[in-house]
Amino acid sequence: MKPSTLNTINTHILPRFEYFEPRSLGEALELLDKLGSEARILAGGTDLLVKMKTGALRPRYLINIKRIPGLRYIRVEEGYLRIGALTTWNDLEESPETALFPALLDAVKQMGGLQIRVMATIAGNLCNASPAADSAPPLLVYDAEVVLASVKGVRVVRLEEFFTGPGRTVMRENEMLIEVKVPLRKGSSAFIKLARTSMDLAIASAAVYAEFEGDVVRDVKIALGSVAPRPLRARRAETAVRGLRIGDPSLMDALEVVKEEVSPITDVRSTAWYRREVSKVLVYDALVKSFERAGGVRA
Amino acid sequence: MRISFKLNGRLVEADVEPNELLINVLREKFGLTSVKYGCGIGECGACTVLVDGKPVLSCLTLAVDVNGREVTTVEGLAREGGLTPIQRALMEEGAIQCGYCTPGFVMVGEYLYRKGRKYSEEEIRSLIRGNLCRCTGYVNIVKAFKKALG
Repeated sequence: MKPSTLNTINTHILPRFEYFEPRSLGEALELLDKLGSEARILAGGTDLLVKMKTGALRPRYLINIKRIPGLRYIRVEEGYLRIGALTTWNDLEESPETALFPALLDAVKQMGGLQIRVMATIAGNLCNASPAADSAPPLLVYDAEVVLASVKGVRVVRLEEFFTGPGRTVMRENEMLIEVKVPLRKGSSAFIKLARTSMDLAIASAAVYAEFEGDVVRDVKIALGSVAPRPLRARRAETAVRGLRIGDPSLMDALEVVKEEVSPITDVRSTAWYRREVSKVLVYDALVKSFERAGGVRA
Repeated sequence: MRISFKLNGRLVEADVEPNELLINVLREKFGLTSVKYGCGIGECGACTVLVDGKPVLSCLTLAVDVNGREVTTVEGLAREGGLTPIQRALMEEGAIQCGYCTPGFVMVGEYLYRKGRKYSEEEIRSLIRGNLCRCTGYVNIVKAFKKALG
């Protein structure tokens, strides 16, 4: 938000709304179907309530889903890590399963302060659809999927197709994100966030998932945050580095393509020029970090 | 909406509007003025209270959300007369200047202390990054946390 607007807004109070506290998923989906675009789902509230205080959002109805049983879980099942809609960042932080996804764990450790991690949910971070969402780059490189439910039923959407722009997703008005599914993989991964302080939104961030053969990059997935209208999967960069050696001087040259794939803006946190330049470096660093995590030693 | 919850160890009830924030209910209905309003947008941690034992921001929590839960503020600590280890350490290290951020630090420190484990200085610095202090520069606060938790 712009600092100038903060001074004119009273963050001590919240505008009025009609409040609902469904006790089952079915009840929540019925409400969502009936109330449509004027309703917002409340989970952690760390984004929604701030937007309501600053006037960026003025929902007529609030559907608090926190009393719905069975939406808060972290399970490894059938080759997937399954994260329920009410699972918080702190839940992930304290769960041993998260270590199976080092890039996600990197993001969890760097996200917000303790209180925000205790309150905020992963699902909310995705639905808020900020280009700077810390959970997005790691989940993108793991090929995560999101499960969207409505009164009509359930559909599964690849995260890569989920974001459509700043604050926008493919979710329909009557849909709710009920689960994040992350496939278990054998490769290595890392996430690097560049921010003024770790409490702050990212200037830019990069996640890499990679499988190595010796020091040769085989399968590789690259995603970036805060450098495009939505969290970005950098497919051209993936093609460019596949087959190259870590430590090969041409690796950094190959990553020049990252600068073409991103489309950053200039804002209070950084300039478009800097974001473009640093994107390449962050991807390089995340790739090297993945390599080192895989047990590799640079020549 | 009528809500009932456990506040500092005793069961209380209150009539609240859905858009009422926990911080305002605690301060105005229950007179618990240790809970401080800082930024109102989740940056400063001055309004931190424990809900079911975990540190949350009462300025971003609806009062209706604590219905049936357990809320602890600084007023609920040290009820047997003695200060908690975190409170004592903050005092001994002179970790307080204007004092406005202190209740938030006390609640985070209490949460960490109750976990019953030790923390390194690096961990402490990371775990208090959601609490802003504009006076002390954090040096004495970190010292105090190390004393109580290290």
